[in-house]
Amino acid sequence: MNVTIVDYNSGNISSVINSFKEVAGDRVKIEVTSDLKNIKSSDKVVLPGQGSFKSCVDALNNINGLVETLNDFAISKKKPLLGICVGLQMFADVGYEEIETKGLGWISGKVSKIDNHNGKYKLPHIGWNQINILKESKIFKDIKNNSHMYFVHSYEFVPEDKNVVSAITEYSSNIVCSVEKENIFGTQFHPEKSDKIGLKIINNFINL
Amino acid sequence: MLKNRIIPCLDVKNGRVVKGINFVDLQDAGDPVEQAKIYSDGGADEICFLDITASNENRDTIYDVVKKTSKKCFVPLTVGGGVRSVDDINKLLNCGADKVSINTAAVQNPEVVIESSKKFGSQCIVVAIDAKRNEDKCEIFTHGGRNNTGIDAIEFAEKMEDSGAGELLVTSMDRDGTQIGYDVELISKISSKVNIPVIASGGVGNLDHLVDGIKLGNASAVLAASIFHYGKHSVKEAKEYLDSKGIPVRI
Repeated sequence: MNVTIVDYNSGNISSVINSFKEVAGDRVKIEVTSDLKNIKSSDKVVLPGQGSFKSCVDALNNINGLVETLNDFAISKKKPLLGICVGLQMFADVGYEEIETKGLGWISGKVSKIDNHNGKYKLPHIGWNQINILKESKIFKDIKNNSHMYFVHSYEFVPEDKNVVSAITEYSSNIVCSVEKENIFGTQFHPEKSDKIGLKIINNFINL
Repeated sequence: MLKNRIIPCLDVKNGRVVKGINFVDLQDAGDPVEQAKIYSDGGADEICFLDITASNENRDTIYDVVKKTSKKCFVPLTVGGGVRSVDDINKLLNCGADKVSINTAAVQNPEVVIESSKKFGSQCIVVAIDAKRNEDKCEIFTHGGRNNTGIDAIEFAEKMEDSGAGELLVTSMDRDGTQIGYDVELISKISSKVNIPVIASGGVGNLDHLVDGIKLGNASAVLAASIFHYGKHSVKEAKEYLDSKGIPVRI
């Protein structure tokens, strides 16, 4: 089996690479590439994302054929894909960071700034917060409810269909922190930085 | 609920761990990779490496330390010291740092903060503010505490937030290495003026000081070096103590 981490020149993905390699060991091949052929032929794809919604979408669009290849992989072929942080946010139709920007449109909804209640809550939402698991998700196998995960973000995904939400976390409001829609998975938190429990989630995704 | 973070800091020089008393009198005490692993296994919420003499010396050793550590520790890793340019930040991030803290360069050339936060995202840009009291003001020091810039710490903090910093690491130069506690007045003043998280640093001597940093300083996270490093307390003990004082921590 091989898992491809999409390297599309946006932000720092070394932690994602390190964590997947740690979990995969010798049994699974972890590739890091933006090569369309490699993505097409892989069994699973990880879409990381750091920086702004706009910078990530722009970076995806800058690689000719990448968005079409990801669409084919996740929507037509229905192969497993995990979005992390802005990688998850880009599933939305639209994001409002910097300027209104069109997302991948895989899960209807928008990405908007977390309401900080006029400065009462600090942004970014940085640190360890507990996840409240709302529905069974394959990537949460053997993960206890209220486990701590590491977050760092100022924007949140607000999906139209709440049934896709697999977990929320409580900050200034209830923030969507993971989604599952058929073969598409996403976490707002960083499993690659969430210690052993985060690696467990990565292991669950690899084992799907 | 979001938890307050405990961040053990390791001062690194030429690839080895040291801890300065007021930034002088360095004592060698260990391998940074092993130390970081001990901390992350012990429940540290983040690890911080400070390359202390980096402004003056060849600093390639830190890249190797970061590379090795990021393959073993799966909690956030912040690296600072001697970071001068967007290119330096890029190199550290590529080696596996999750955040980079910028001190002297942020004062001398705020463009570095503006440009790097745009390029890599605010989430990985920490501005380190070394401040010292001067009568009723607090002023910014650079170059590891050697140069007084005369710049007001509060004004500078606000400017850094506007420039795109994701967090501020506030160190009291009066307190650093003294073990008499954080300058909670300074920390709470800065925390109340900015909407980004503030990390308290400089002066921790016991576990009550950590409590004070959060309760009185309104810090989102507390950083300490020697109380953990010399085995006076473990991170786990610190967390249990904070928990007993009603402070939300990840246990």
